[in-house]
Amino acid sequence: MKPDIATPVLQVDDLAVEFVTEVGWLNVVDGITFDVRERETLGLIGESGCGKSVTAQAIMGLIATPPGRVTRGSIRLDGRELLQLDEHEMRDVRGRQVAMVFQEPMTSINPAFTVGQQISEILRRHLGSSRRAARARAIDLLARVGIPAPSERVDDYPHQLSGGMRQRALIAMALSCEPRLLIADEPTTALDVTVQAQVLELLAGLQDELRMSVLLVTHDLGVVAETCDRVVVMYAGEVVETSEAASLFAHPRHPYTAALLECLPGLRADEPLRPIPGLVPARYSLPTGCLFHPRCRYAVEACATERPPLSEVAPGRCVRCIRAHELELTGVGS
Amino acid sequence: MSIVDAPVGEAAAVVLPGESPRARFWRRFKRQRAAVAAAGFLIVVALAAIFAPLIAPKDPIEQSLSHSFASPGSDYWLGADRLGRDTLSRLIYGARYSLLAAAQAVAVAVVLGVPLGLLAGFVRGWFDSVASLCADAVLSIPAIILALAIVGVLGPNLTNAMIAIGIVYAPRLFRVVRGAAISVREETYIDAARASGVGTLRIARGHVLPNVMSPLIVQISLALGFAVLAEAAVSFLGLGVQPPDASWGVMLGQATAQLEDHPILVLAPSIAIVLTVLAFNVLGDGLNDSLGREIREA
Amino acid sequence: MLRLAARRLLKVVPLLLLVSVIAFGLLSMVPGDPAVQIAGEFATEEQIAQIRSDLGLDRPWIVQYGDWLGGAVQGDLGTSPFSGVSVSTQIWQRLPTTLSLLGWALALSVLIGIPAGTIAGWRQGSLLDRFLTMGTSVGVAIPVFVSALVLALVVGLKLSWLPATGYVGFSENPLDWARHLFLPALALALTGAAEIARQTRAGIIQVKNQDYVRTAKASGLTTRQVLGRHTLKNAMIPVITVVGLQISRLFGLSVLVEQIFNIPGIGSRLVTAVFENDVPYIQGTVLLVGIAIVAVNVAVDVSYGYFNPRVRAA
Repeated sequence: MKPDIATPVLQVDDLAVEFVTEVGWLNVVDGITFDVRERETLGLIGESGCGKSVTAQAIMGLIATPPGRVTRGSIRLDGRELLQLDEHEMRDVRGRQVAMVFQEPMTSINPAFTVGQQISEILRRHLGSSRRAARARAIDLLARVGIPAPSERVDDYPHQLSGGMRQRALIAMALSCEPRLLIADEPTTALDVTVQAQVLELLAGLQDELRMSVLLVTHDLGVVAETCDRVVVMYAGEVVETSEAASLFAHPRHPYTAALLECLPGLRADEPLRPIPGLVPARYSLPTGCLFHPRCRYAVEACATERPPLSEVAPGRCVRCIRAHELELTGVGS
Repeated sequence: MSIVDAPVGEAAAVVLPGESPRARFWRRFKRQRAAVAAAGFLIVVALAAIFAPLIAPKDPIEQSLSHSFASPGSDYWLGADRLGRDTLSRLIYGARYSLLAAAQAVAVAVVLGVPLGLLAGFVRGWFDSVASLCADAVLSIPAIILALAIVGVLGPNLTNAMIAIGIVYAPRLFRVVRGAAISVREETYIDAARASGVGTLRIARGHVLPNVMSPLIVQISLALGFAVLAEAAVSFLGLGVQPPDASWGVMLGQATAQLEDHPILVLAPSIAIVLTVLAFNVLGDGLNDSLGREIREA
Repeated sequence: MLRLAARRLLKVVPLLLLVSVIAFGLLSMVPGDPAVQIAGEFATEEQIAQIRSDLGLDRPWIVQYGDWLGGAVQGDLGTSPFSGVSVSTQIWQRLPTTLSLLGWALALSVLIGIPAGTIAGWRQGSLLDRFLTMGTSVGVAIPVFVSALVLALVVGLKLSWLPATGYVGFSENPLDWARHLFLPALALALTGAAEIARQTRAGIIQVKNQDYVRTAKASGLTTRQVLGRHTLKNAMIPVITVVGLQISRLFGLSVLVEQIFNIPGIGSRLVTAVFENDVPYIQGTVLLVGIAIVAVNVAVDVSYGYFNPRVRAA
């Protein structure tokens, strides 16, 4: 199906996912709405446990039931509704139209098979390539992701590769079928800082080359600032702000976003650290009203009673805060 | 601890605010219906064993040849055996022998295996190497064969059989306790205690032992199941409890000859054994799930 | 892989020595004077003295041990006091019988256990899984003599589909050999199959939640690819351990099964030996079975190298 220019590559609408716990089914993410456009990099940012990985896995259809289930919402890839596909159809989509790179390169590759075998397997499955063609393409892919001596590396077992190289191999696997959308779930968190920069550069280059969109899930604001066109901020299972990257950093509209930016340590030694007081609420003991209000320095009485909706305060700018139009929040990069 | 990272197949663990560890254990345990049922069943069996003289309709040893092989009826609820002894009464009294014997055997295993395991796991060094080698050697000999061999040289009676079973099981407890001690030892809070100057023995008692208790309790439940089976096997062969005393194993052994004509004599003790062992195993699994959640998920 | 095997074999020597010490040490566990015990109740003083010097019981322990071990290495395990028949001859004659029984039992438990466990683990939480899991829980709790008796009763006696007792050598009549061994092997195999099924299920569950299986699923691979290639090979490691353990268990339980089904193997002779106080036979059996189990464990250890390439380098 040829995508029309106006349709975003990925459209997520009012997504809700539940997981089973000792105290029954619990809503883990609620009302998630955002989209990813052609050839853009969208950052999905939030602290650990805010539900960004769950969202990413829901898009891929990887939420196993039990222990989780999608209870509401729509996920459209190039206009096609993914939540209505059965498992067989979804398998054709995964790895082919949308691919995912995970956080832990050390454990995300099967230790019992060679790197080449694992790449070839994907090519043979989706493109029907012959063994020889798949192997040749695997070597080619390894070269593209910057692995030296690819024709030797292709027969290496994962434990013979360093962490950075494993992550590159995983990227090669994900991009082997040239998907429309690549979801990268904290792709650099487990890597050394120097390697992080290389992997991010690699991703940016490949995105250009393959003309694909990227959904980058991360908790690292620095990564977002460097690589993303637009940003979605999540807190305690909800989307709290959506914006273009530059505007988000310069003029945040949600108190949580502003507080996150304040958390970034300044480069001057005499600047005090300003952590956000309190803790992220667990989904089984949520506050009434706005989820952030107990920790928000701009909270008023109404914040404790009304659950704010996600509303568009400017073109391309959505905020979940009843005081969004009144607050003047400071950003960074001034 | 994120909800979505729960061990697969289990509901995510939740720590309710203000809940003590003991309350948390009971909350989790009560949800395991099978384990609760198993515990209930075992309590019933234990009570039957304790109050056997009051519950059993007849004397288990009393013979009545005119009622030889009586069918189940109002007088002999489960029928009678070759010598006219009431099966039901023998079953109830059998619980005494089987449970007591199992407890004895496990006691021997605990006394032998636990202290050595703790020491080996915590102190390590040459003691650990030697002790582990001995445990491995004993474990290399199949349980029944070793038990038979020990009973063979000591003489066939219940006490020797239980000592044999205890010796056979001790290395398994040794291993579990040693493993738990080693993993606790690796925890940084032990280093912290040491750094504050706490002595080794106090560390062992205060930190290591409580954390070893959880897997140990689980193992003891499983060990009791094993011991009931082992006692039955040994008595079945005629090498454990000696007639006229009757444990379930003895009843089985004596009933084998009449397998075709009077199967109930075989079925009654069999069902008793299977249910009791099953109960111990299920209870052990339930305890395992209720006790170790935080440790496993950390 | 050969180097791995050789290294493992070396480590095993002290273990084997300890096993032999245990086997021989049984003698010292005999309460009272072993010579008196072995000679029996009605022996005369002279007979007792004769036995004492025959068995060398008047020499220091370490010398007795050395003698016994030396003989054992050459294949001489002493003589049964009553029958006067050499222990090694008895074991040698009965070995094929017991090995056939064990072979069948192992094959059955693997053929039943692994598929059952794989299905249960792959479809975790489904009705089939819960049914199979319940079955294995019960299966593990059923003592072998109960399953043996029930099978003998129902299939052997009531239905008469298969013989309930006795044994026929393979060379005599292969079909009868199989028919006679089937029920005892099945009785032995049931608990083993339950254990193997449980471990397979746990292994599959553990592996299927590994990150690399998640990657395979995210790449859109088919069930056959994900299960067959990625899951099974890695899940087999703990299963191999359990299968190795089963061999040890089966050896022990075969004693009971041989008794019930009247099979003239090593185990049934052991029971008689216990009643007769035939210490040399008991020692010989313990030694041989111990060695066999150690050998099996080494084989299991080495096989890890196939399933887990990292081990080869270790």
